[in-house]
Amino acid sequence: MKVKALSRSTAEYTRETKSDIQRMPRNVNPELHPLERAREYKRALNSAKLERMFAKPFIASLSGHIDGIYAMSKNPWDLDSIVTGSGDGELRMWSLSSQQTIWRAPEAHRGIVKGVCSVPGGSSDRFLSVGTDRLAKVWSRSESAIAADGVTPETVATYTGKHAFNGIDHHRTRPLFATCSSLIEVWDVDRSEPIANLSWGADTINAVRMNQTEVNVLASCGTDRSIILYDLRTSSPLSKLVMTLSTNAIAWNPMEAFMFATANEDHNVYIFDMRRMDHAVNVLRNHVSAVMDVDYSPTGQELVSGSYDRTIRLWDVNRAQSRDIYHTKRMQRVFCVKYTQDNNYVLSGSDDSNLRLWRARASERMGAKSNRQRASVEYAEKLKDRYKFVPEVQKVLRQRNIPASVKKASQTKQIMLQSRKRKEENERKHAKSEAKPRVPERRKAILGVTSR
Amino acid sequence: MVIAERLEQAEARFAGGAFAKGTISRDGILDHMEASEMHSNSSEGEESEPLPRSLREKPAKSDRTDKKYVKNDKRTKAKNGDQSLDAKKKTKEPDEISKRVLSRSEKYQRGFKPQKDEEPGKVRSKKSQPKLDHARKRREAAIVDAARSEVLLAESAGFLEAEGMERTYRFTQKQLAENLDISSAGKIFDLKLNEFGPYVLDYTANGKYMLVGGRKGHLATMDWRSGKLGCEFHVRETIRDVSWLHNEGLFAVAQKKFAYIYDSTGAEVHCLQKHVEPTKLGFLPYHFLLASTGMTGSLVYQDVTEGKVAGEHRPGYGQCHVLKVNPYNAVVHMGHGNGTVTMWSPKQSQPLAKMLCHKGPVQAMAIDHSGTYMATSGLDGRLKVWDIRNFKSLHEYITMRPAQSIDISQRGLLAAGWGPNVSVWKDALATQVYEPYMKRLLPSTTISDLHFVPYDDVLGYAHSNGISSIVVPGAGEPNFDAYVANPYQTKKQRQEQEVKGLLDKLAPETIQLDPNFIGKLDPRTQTQLAREQLERERAAYLQNKAEGKYLDNEVKNKMKGRNSTAKRYARKRQSNVMDLKKLQEMERMERELQEKEAKRRKVPEEEKGALNKFYTEKRQTR
Repeated sequence: MKVKALSRSTAEYTRETKSDIQRMPRNVNPELHPLERAREYKRALNSAKLERMFAKPFIASLSGHIDGIYAMSKNPWDLDSIVTGSGDGELRMWSLSSQQTIWRAPEAHRGIVKGVCSVPGGSSDRFLSVGTDRLAKVWSRSESAIAADGVTPETVATYTGKHAFNGIDHHRTRPLFATCSSLIEVWDVDRSEPIANLSWGADTINAVRMNQTEVNVLASCGTDRSIILYDLRTSSPLSKLVMTLSTNAIAWNPMEAFMFATANEDHNVYIFDMRRMDHAVNVLRNHVSAVMDVDYSPTGQELVSGSYDRTIRLWDVNRAQSRDIYHTKRMQRVFCVKYTQDNNYVLSGSDDSNLRLWRARASERMGAKSNRQRASVEYAEKLKDRYKFVPEVQKVLRQRNIPASVKKASQTKQIMLQSRKRKEENERKHAKSEAKPRVPERRKAILGVTSR
Repeated sequence: MVIAERLEQAEARFAGGAFAKGTISRDGILDHMEASEMHSNSSEGEESEPLPRSLREKPAKSDRTDKKYVKNDKRTKAKNGDQSLDAKKKTKEPDEISKRVLSRSEKYQRGFKPQKDEEPGKVRSKKSQPKLDHARKRREAAIVDAARSEVLLAESAGFLEAEGMERTYRFTQKQLAENLDISSAGKIFDLKLNEFGPYVLDYTANGKYMLVGGRKGHLATMDWRSGKLGCEFHVRETIRDVSWLHNEGLFAVAQKKFAYIYDSTGAEVHCLQKHVEPTKLGFLPYHFLLASTGMTGSLVYQDVTEGKVAGEHRPGYGQCHVLKVNPYNAVVHMGHGNGTVTMWSPKQSQPLAKMLCHKGPVQAMAIDHSGTYMATSGLDGRLKVWDIRNFKSLHEYITMRPAQSIDISQRGLLAAGWGPNVSVWKDALATQVYEPYMKRLLPSTTISDLHFVPYDDVLGYAHSNGISSIVVPGAGEPNFDAYVANPYQTKKQRQEQEVKGLLDKLAPETIQLDPNFIGKLDPRTQTQLAREQLERERAAYLQNKAEGKYLDNEVKNKMKGRNSTAKRYARKRQSNVMDLKKLQEMERMERELQEKEAKRRKVPEEEKGALNKFYTEKRQTR
């Protein structure tokens, strides 16, 4: 007779001392795990619910400005500081970790501060600002010490332009900066006059953005509904794109140098490939009023946009619908938004003179996590991803409480769009087949592209 | 207390066994294992990677090298790189091995078919195809990893082999005890409880605790391995069935009038009055539902966390004594007096399936853990094995007397208690066998209930004179998953598992014959669905028409009233405002009325007769 029966030694399955970890043997045989699909689904549903329960995106409102915030800049070399410019000409530098003003210039400009930008390079803390007073000023927190609170510190340098400025951006590597007014002027920091004037038939230029990777490319958008790309090496325009409505802001993708996103008056954000601008790569359509500003996350995978409808939306660059919407009762029209360089926070400056700090992922919590915690978060993420198309889970993940005005406006907008579409279809039915071709959504807003 | 004494006696009987015996037999096992490994290595000599034991047993099906697979499996290759370096001889690429593992690891595939060759993408979208490919690769890698993780399993299953003229069913428990190690031998015991029998029993999911209930009201719980008594008391009324709930903290008892829930100290927690005269209990651990059937023949599901009745069904076959929960899909099977077996889900008023299994009342039932096989016994003396995926009968076994109780172990052993006998068959589900694996006779008793102990090679059975426990080598799953059922669970772990279990509690709606229906995509489009619906309706109409179910006027809804669209229109617009359209409408109606009147046959004076004075011409104008 050969016989063996199961007899486990208790010592092998229990811990010797209290400081040991418990032995948890695994067996992945599916027979021991019945109803695994149903249980996994239940866990996915639970984690979706938990995500919504823990979604508290708002962190802080930084107050101090007296007028609305219309310009904002982050410093790629400094995670902590952010510079804002307000409607009464005041500039403030904020520390995000302490959530306080660390530097301010009350009368930096006469009139509105229209743009601020940091000077690249980790060594200096200089930054530039432009206002409607036709001045571009260079500031530094360390170089011009504050005399007393409430007194404007001295500038490092001042440049005088011919027209009221609308925006400014600094070159990534060279000591150059570009301002926009009725034309684009490129300045060398050592000269008092611009070294180049760039224009291609626009009235007023709304914004100018230098590409931070492909450093000689510059994009601008004007009130004549155009988006123009220039080459700094030849000081000549590359191409011009005309859309149905004008563009308010431009953001270059930090990871893909040829992609940029534009915030349009027609409530949409368009993503373009500068090599092929006859169609948008993606159209992000959820806002119900003009989009005022847009910014890429440092990974280039996400976007944040602020709108005149008093909301901020977060987007995945590959999807047409927003991933999340942020709003508060007190937040007014949003004029500038920024994604922080650590990919974890979003900043918004609005008409109500407050700078707001938000989480980039509403339910995520900062701080050190234990291994188990991290594993559980990752597991929950995976589950949600796997079951996101099951109706119950989808419903939980999608549901958002949004302001009544936005909801109403989006419903109205939906009806309008549908009726427009219906009308178009009706016209198509009664026209010759080639007379009214269907235009893809990605080409609809584009009137024309020319290149030199 | 009665049981405590008996247990002490039983322990004392086996305490004398020498440790030496255990060590000898263990060495024997080691020899055996080594031999089997040598054998498998020689059969697949070229393989460098140590494969899971179960995989090594089968010969390799294909040895072709697949270029695509080399590309696919870079991940696993990198991961297992250091392992393969350790291997002494490397004649084949690791990816070849994992390919072979993949082709043979059916157990972990869950219906997924690994792609054979480089097939062109089936999806038209260029965007989706890479995603699908990626998902497929991930899945293949997961299957290979799962199969490879078998080498980490610490324990191997028990076995009993006869040599020469021996037959396994001739071995007595005494003989086994002499050859087994001391701790296994200690699992063979008899508890003489002849006052309150016959008994019923149940084990917890981890097999650590036993619950016994005597027909005449005796209840006890114990840690049966150590012989430690949990609680013991007398309910002073009939007990028909007992069942543990999700852990050893609570148990349910089917008593004379109602079902009751007691806690581990024996205090009555609930009286479940919805369960009237219950005969059988079943617990659905992942749904936290207690199912019962009784003298009324109805099936009642009660949620033990909320106390709500989750479903109540009346099969309509009279009183019922057979109820089992299918561990694979949590469907409740009921065996009825007319020989049918019905399968139920709490939220569906009709059975999911009905099977006519026996030519007489169903006596007992057991369902295996993979949800493939069901064994039933009936008063017709048959013990039948069914494939419940397609509801087909597989084989029949004949017991001398109708089996009163049957059970299937985790590793697929089938045990039946008939009269005073217990028989255990091995491999009796997938194939027909002609002699039992083990058997035992307990003269002058009647077996009332039997259960295999989960994760152990022990069969516990209850009879008219008490409880017995015998060792059946090879019955239990040797390697437990500590997150599913842990025989060495600490109090903290039990508490944590309880909370996790409650968080993952499944809704009663998720119980279906196919438990994997959740999250599956219905590939039909909306138009396809609509068309199918239309076709179904049309077919039903044509069939009804062919059967003459419709008279002509039934099909055509011909109302004889004076309602018409025009009249309704006119009525709706009754206002002081007379617009052109309304006038036109009224004129038209007037005209029609007159035309109709003109068409009518004039009744001559003479036909009017005696009732002349009541006859008036129909009003001509409005």
